Amino acid sequence: MFLGYFTERPYQDPEAGISGAFLTEGGQLFAPGDAPGVIDLGTSNGLYNPRVAHQLYNRYLDEKVYAEEMGFDGLMLNEHHASLFCMGGAINVEAAILARITKRAKIVLLGNVLPIWDDPMWLAEELAEIDLISGGRLVPGWVRGTGRESVAHNAQSPFNWERFQEAHDFVIKTWTTDGPFRWEGKHFQYRYVNPWSRPMQQPHPPIWIPGTLSKNTLRWAAEHRYPYIMLGGELDAVRESFDYYRECASNVGYEAGPEHFGYVIKVHVEESDDQAYEVGRKYLQGPSNPFIEGNQGEVRQHLQSLPGLSPRKGDMLPMKRDRAQAKARGVDTAEAPPKEEKPRVPQAERDFSGSYDKQIERFNIVVGSPETVIERMHHVVETLQLGSVFLWDGDGAMSHEDAMSSLTLMGRHVLPAMRQIGDDLNLPGPYDFDPPRGSVG
Amino acid sequence: MQVAGLRVQYLEAGAGAGTPLLVLHRSTGNPGWLPFHEELSGGGRTVVPDLPGYGQSERPDWAREPRDLAILLHRALDHIGLDRVSVVGLGFGGWVAAEMAVLQQQRFERLVLVGAPGIRPDEGEILDQMMMAFEVYVRACFADQSAFDAEFGEQPDAATRELWDFSREMTARLTWKPYMWDWRLPYLLPEVRTPALLVWGGEDGVVPRSVGRQYRDALPEARLEVVEGAGHMVEVERPPELAALVRAFVA
Repeated sequence: MFLGYFTERPYQDPEAGISGAFLTEGGQLFAPGDAPGVIDLGTSNGLYNPRVAHQLYNRYLDEKVYAEEMGFDGLMLNEHHASLFCMGGAINVEAAILARITKRAKIVLLGNVLPIWDDPMWLAEELAEIDLISGGRLVPGWVRGTGRESVAHNAQSPFNWERFQEAHDFVIKTWTTDGPFRWEGKHFQYRYVNPWSRPMQQPHPPIWIPGTLSKNTLRWAAEHRYPYIMLGGELDAVRESFDYYRECASNVGYEAGPEHFGYVIKVHVEESDDQAYEVGRKYLQGPSNPFIEGNQGEVRQHLQSLPGLSPRKGDMLPMKRDRAQAKARGVDTAEAPPKEEKPRVPQAERDFSGSYDKQIERFNIVVGSPETVIERMHHVVETLQLGSVFLWDGDGAMSHEDAMSSLTLMGRHVLPAMRQIGDDLNLPGPYDFDPPRGSVG
Repeated sequence: MQVAGLRVQYLEAGAGAGTPLLVLHRSTGNPGWLPFHEELSGGGRTVVPDLPGYGQSERPDWAREPRDLAILLHRALDHIGLDRVSVVGLGFGGWVAAEMAVLQQQRFERLVLVGAPGIRPDEGEILDQMMMAFEVYVRACFADQSAFDAEFGEQPDAATRELWDFSREMTARLTWKPYMWDWRLPYLLPEVRTPALLVWGGEDGVVPRSVGRQYRDALPEARLEVVEGAGHMVEVERPPELAALVRAFVA
């Protein structure tokens, strides 16, 4: 069992009102309870306070270092652009720092947004350098990105999938082939491919693919024998998606095992269940990911569903039934009436508590004392037959103290218990059983 | 009809000895035979193709810019045997018409561009449909919102939304960046001797009027008419008025 730690690194700024549930609009400070939620791609960076960001970047790095100390196998970073809820626009910078200041844990990028790189050679070089500095601890993961990424870097959305695949093929070839060579592709052309830095891990670092909805990405990952890391979602839907991966694997002649399946799940631990329940509410507060049901932010659907970014009909995973998520990803634009025109409900009048309880009930959020969390995580890893689990904590409106105390309890109680569960259930992780070669690592 | 291995679909009506009229639709697609088409066909043969990649015309996967559509449309006209036409280009269709004129102006007796993008505005910006919901964008194409309601209903139906969604994807393939203009076009327009009429809605909130002036200044034989009070979709807001302007100009 591979155990990773994740936080999305929200931009929290109490002075500007961007913390907890509050956000200023037009410079006006709202009283608690009156502020509108964060609007995805609708908040000017005029509000940005570099001093706050300086503290937050270092806070999140410190938490990663402590997570390694507490026994996590992997430190996961994700990437979003022009977004309050994720400060990781340039995750290779964070990864490079972790490469130097951590000693043992894998640095798991889930992931770089491949289609927005007009020059994937640069990406190949950066990742190789991170792998070298870390002594071969990098796990690059690659995503297609949401609409906000295409908007922020002005990547042509209809060619998102083509560019993803070609950039992947290019980077892998760059890492595995002695240069120089030429690349005459459809979207990328190079006359001289011969970067001096090559990754430490040979033939190349392991690739893991995170995702949620796109069926062709899942099929593609299965065909490449890349572990697929599901970013949240309903357990039944995730299980069905994994079944689809197994089916695709079997079609290309191998049997997928737990080492191919990972899951990112919100987990927060406190000494008592009551305490954890109260702190866990902060997941749904503040500039946390607006994809998440019950979140106080708002997604602008038309930007998530940029033309041609994702299939409009069919070819979607069972995750589609997770309607809040599907809508947030903008997969049913053509059918659904416009959403963003309705008046916004003031914060004070919204009721998020029902959603919080529902998410706990459905295992989207796991909060509690170590005993409670271990019991619930047992159910999750057994249901999904997971080889990798990423515990997502310290998010939303959670403070550094919230994150650190939970990490301590994870290290003392939850991680050892989960390793035992993994052994008892015979769930090898991607470092116990090599996914590409199907052999014991 | 097949062009470069792709089906190209078109509607037509009207007859007469005069030069046929070719009407090129907007980036939002052609919903069908419009009152504006009907008005025009009263004066002679009127041909309304679905641009390649839009509506019922198959998508050229390889196409990357409006000029590719212009080439395909010229070949489509060869197939239909329309050696000489006048062309009316609406919005994005106007840009395609301008590209067609640059490529093969001998084919055109008259050129009418209605609120056409294609040139980087000297003043203002072209409203970016990629950054807004379909309804918000199409409503912004109207000065009179009741005209939108009359055409699409207060809440457009699924078929309309699907047409917009489908069309937008093709548009994103052709003009993502730069959005709705081409660096080269203004340098080529001065060679086009075809008499041209530029029509702009006085309240066009999509393509700035400055683009109309830039077209007028670049084309040697052009004049600019403003339909006061109309928005970007002049042909839907003022069908008889626009049709009368066109018919008078091509007659």
